[in-house]
Amino acid sequence: MAPAAVKVYGWAMSPFVARALLCLEEAGVEYELVPMSRQAGDHLQPDFLARNPFAQVPVLEDGDLTLFESRAIARHVLRKHKPELLVGDGSPEAAAMVDVWLEVEAHQHHAPTAAIMVQCILAPLLGGARDQAVIDENVPKLKKVLEVYEARLSKTKYLAGESVSLADLSHFPMLRYFMETEYKALVEELPHVKAWWEELKVRPAARKVKEFMPVDFGLGKKVDQ
Amino acid sequence: MSPVKVFGPAKSTCVARVLICLEEVGAEYELVHVHIPAGEQKSPAHVARNPFGQVPAFEDGDLVLFESRAISKYVLRKHASDLLKESSVTESTMVDVWLDVESQKFDPIMSIIAFQCFIVPIFMGGTPDHKIVEESLEKLKDIFEVYEARLSKFKYLAGDFISLADLSHSPMLHYLLATPHAPVLSRYPHVKSWISGIMDRPSVKKITELMKAS
Repeated sequence: MAPAAVKVYGWAMSPFVARALLCLEEAGVEYELVPMSRQAGDHLQPDFLARNPFAQVPVLEDGDLTLFESRAIARHVLRKHKPELLVGDGSPEAAAMVDVWLEVEAHQHHAPTAAIMVQCILAPLLGGARDQAVIDENVPKLKKVLEVYEARLSKTKYLAGESVSLADLSHFPMLRYFMETEYKALVEELPHVKAWWEELKVRPAARKVKEFMPVDFGLGKKVDQ
Repeated sequence: MSPVKVFGPAKSTCVARVLICLEEVGAEYELVHVHIPAGEQKSPAHVARNPFGQVPAFEDGDLVLFESRAISKYVLRKHASDLLKESSVTESTMVDVWLDVESQKFDPIMSIIAFQCFIVPIFMGGTPDHKIVEESLEKLKDIFEVYEARLSKFKYLAGDFISLADLSHSPMLHYLLATPHAPVLSRYPHVKSWISGIMDRPSVKKITELMKAS
């Protein structure tokens, strides 16, 4: 069997790697996930730096093309294999709305969601304690952001309009973890945001990618002997 | 066809980004000022255009947009600009990669530096926190090291063609060049030369003049 033309380098439990995998799954593209170990510092090795000089995962190799930045990878995969998820009906207005809400994910939604998730889930897994001050600073920010989402999703079925797009999908990886924290209430108390999330998470591609995203990030519980 | 409208102060790097793209394509536009010190960006009228209460907002007839990079792409596409390279999968992907580098790496660091060097003294009557500035400059140098290697191989970030990925840096570069820290660029000759080329473009020159004057 010929090796897959598309390779993704990274650890699949990373929400950034998961974003790339989600798009490949949505587009039905065959790919090979080249596993890497964060603990072993694989991302700092010269052969990886040659692929991404910023030493981050994911990297995608598609034939001769090597790319990084998960959102750029997502756009590439869909532009090539499922453009309707990126440009809607192809009108300038439809493409613009997808772009707007992709920017919103990156600049408004990501930071407060990630900050809360990291404190609630990752910090304890890495042997530290959650910094409640960081959580307390970000909860009101995320609340305000989600209120805008609630207003938007009261008017349109999905963020960019009546059809699902990358703008919606791009939220799945971080929310997958966030919705395991007690702060999931911030989503659940908003009926349209909640319904939008419920729909996102049952997409076959999302279900598939979630299999690679254990809530303990594969770090497991440290057992005191 | 009525001119499009951009809502926000020209001094805002996000507003300037959009204005530069409009200048690049030679579009007619109207800049409607939004007075940030008075909190006008949080007014009901502006929030109706940008629900996050930020600048810029943009109107083209019935279409209302926000987020400067989304607006910029819309403007460039509408006028069939070559700055996105959307006719080529390979080239458009490289534009996306380096636009995300600008957006996710360069801009956050520069925002901190610009905040300390300009917002704090001019609008808040304070003095720049030198520790924060120094830490940010170290991170900026790490980024410029990568850019230097990239620009040693290619004329521009996405390849041998100028694109939105390059131009998207120009408003923050304008502010960097106005700080006392601009000499850090002398360590990165390809970056320095790349910056000169961008800042020399007529669209960028026009808008940076507007940023200085307003």
